[in-house]
Amino acid sequence: MSDISFVRTEMLPEKEPPASTVGFIGWAKANLFSSVLNSVLTILSIVLVLFVLSGVLPWAFQSVWNASSLTECREILKATYGEHHEGACWAVINDRWVQLVFGFYPPYPIDPTMYLGNPPEGAWPAYFRPIATFVLILAAVAPVLFDKLPRKMLIITAIFPFAMPWLMWGGTVWFPVAAALGFAIGYFAFKYLADIVGELAGLIIAVVLPVIWWLFLMGPFADLMQSIIALDIPVVESRKFGGFTVSIFIGVVAIVGSLPIGIVLALGRQSDLLIVKALCVGFIEFIRGVPLITLLFVASTLLNIFLPPGTEFDIILRVLIMVTLFASAYMAEVIRGGLAALPRGQYEGADSLGLNYWQAQRLIIMPQALKISIPGIVSNFIGIFKDTTLVSIIAILDPLGLTNGIRADAAWNGIYWELFAFIAIVFFVFCFSMSRYSMYLERKLKTSH
Amino acid sequence: MSELATERQIDRSKMHVGSDVAIQINNMNKWYGAFHVLRDINLTVNEGERIVIAGPSGSGKSTLIRCINRLEEHQQGDIIVDGTELTSDLKNIDKVRREVGMCFQHFNLFPHLTILENCTLAPIWVRKVPRKEAEETAMHFLEKVKIPDQALKYPGQLSGGQQQRVAIARSLCMKPRIMLFDEPTSALDPEMIKEVLDTMIELAEEGMTMICVTHEMGFARQVANRVIFMDQGQIVEQNEPEEFFNNPKSERTQLFLSQILGH
Repeated sequence: MSDISFVRTEMLPEKEPPASTVGFIGWAKANLFSSVLNSVLTILSIVLVLFVLSGVLPWAFQSVWNASSLTECREILKATYGEHHEGACWAVINDRWVQLVFGFYPPYPIDPTMYLGNPPEGAWPAYFRPIATFVLILAAVAPVLFDKLPRKMLIITAIFPFAMPWLMWGGTVWFPVAAALGFAIGYFAFKYLADIVGELAGLIIAVVLPVIWWLFLMGPFADLMQSIIALDIPVVESRKFGGFTVSIFIGVVAIVGSLPIGIVLALGRQSDLLIVKALCVGFIEFIRGVPLITLLFVASTLLNIFLPPGTEFDIILRVLIMVTLFASAYMAEVIRGGLAALPRGQYEGADSLGLNYWQAQRLIIMPQALKISIPGIVSNFIGIFKDTTLVSIIAILDPLGLTNGIRADAAWNGIYWELFAFIAIVFFVFCFSMSRYSMYLERKLKTSH
Repeated sequence: MSELATERQIDRSKMHVGSDVAIQINNMNKWYGAFHVLRDINLTVNEGERIVIAGPSGSGKSTLIRCINRLEEHQQGDIIVDGTELTSDLKNIDKVRREVGMCFQHFNLFPHLTILENCTLAPIWVRKVPRKEAEETAMHFLEKVKIPDQALKYPGQLSGGQQQRVAIARSLCMKPRIMLFDEPTSALDPEMIKEVLDTMIELAEEGMTMICVTHEMGFARQVANRVIFMDQGQIVEQNEPEEFFNNPKSERTQLFLSQILGH
């Protein structure tokens, strides 16, 4: 009886863990050298990494940055590092840097002929407009990404979808103003009509009215305002767009556009309204079932057959629409996954408190569904940004498209690795930043401990 | 199980049943597909009543109270809550939901919002109360459920009992006239059950109209003014708690009581 009885008279104090299990030594012992096989594999891996680096590092760093042709480059390499040294010729990046970034975008666009030589009297700095576009993108995205920044910066975010295309393409300022007015029309239509004709009818009107405005009334309105108060900047044609400018332009539009459209499609797919559901399912399944290249070819060639002759429908605009729709279909499915992962109780909690459908979606469901879907959403963003390189197939001169031109040039004929390595590094920087940001966001939004 | 684990005396001074009808259910039927879950339910709840619904699992207790705020749709009969009939009219549903608070077995707090935000969300967006006022009300009710110091934490950082008390406070912030409890203590540890029941008793002492689906027979005996026993989607027996527990009429009730009170 008594040998199973036990009473603790004093509680044990806390002790330090054994020294061999903490710090670097403990970590290395646990992760690198935990058994004979592991130790061998660790050493083999280190040898392999050193071998690769011993090849790549001299090539990348014992290299030439200033030369005007590949031949000159090779001569400098031979003179500096000896006969047998294989070194990179980064001079091609140095030489064609401006072109890789801006394509053939004119540095000083002035109507009617594009001025490409010395800056004209009183002109903005070279490439002012694409650079201003980059700055605008950063300023618009920053307050969305980091909530510590002043909330007033969101005004820039609101203006940016209208200002960015205007800066890039130019033309009358009344056009983006008229486009923005379409959203205002939709908003006020819903605000004042929803109470009178009911929520659903109000919503339909709030969608139809702006579409009518954009399709039929916006152009004449912008022309009229322009004839009253002329406010315009020189037009730059789409075929002048190129380089990383066009990649970023298409990427940003597709990313910014695909998230809201994806949300609407995901909600539509879950809707009880049969027609809405059928439309959304049909759209998503069709777009997901067709390769992006096919859609781009449709955008670049087929659309011309269907549109009435003489219709001017900008090629970049067509590509933007196609890429955005493509990204939206994938986004919708990612967000639907997030919605499906939410417990039913969250809907019931919201319902039982009397929140209506839109309030529940906006305040309860979407914040959580989007949070769950962050890894998927960011994967999609990264994918779509890299997919922008496909536009080189329909003769838009993105960085990959430009490499053909650069390599066809007599001065740089034969160059290969350096161009693609550079383009890869730039894409990597963008994509890796997005990936890190998504991890930061996941950590920040984690509320359970 | 039979005695409520509370030491304090229950103050019955404000617990009286009024003459106004709070909820009226007439010949209500509900099906899940072809399955007849609720059969011919007739129930009148007066203001100030504290009703406990008991019964074996699958008997339709939860479904019944979820019909009262239209989380479930009924197919036949009428449900009139606080003078508003529940039909497919969204305006009526919203109106009823504003007046009826509900607590769930799994709390259903919003994990991405702080405790305070959980409590102020509905008053701000549904009742259009100014934020400051909503926060004051929320703090008042959080004090009442004895967790004001947790206001800025997230639900995931609280214990189950604390979460359920927040859920009660969240419902109270909408100033409901009727409270529904759907097995509020079933997912809790024994130590936490007491703190949630204490909160519910306080609510009863203030004269709140309450309908509770629960297995806490001690609570039923001491707080309820009426116990309803359900089985197979129908009301089998209802009576005052004293009569119900000491002198159950139907065989089914006797069997049920002997099973849950027997050990």
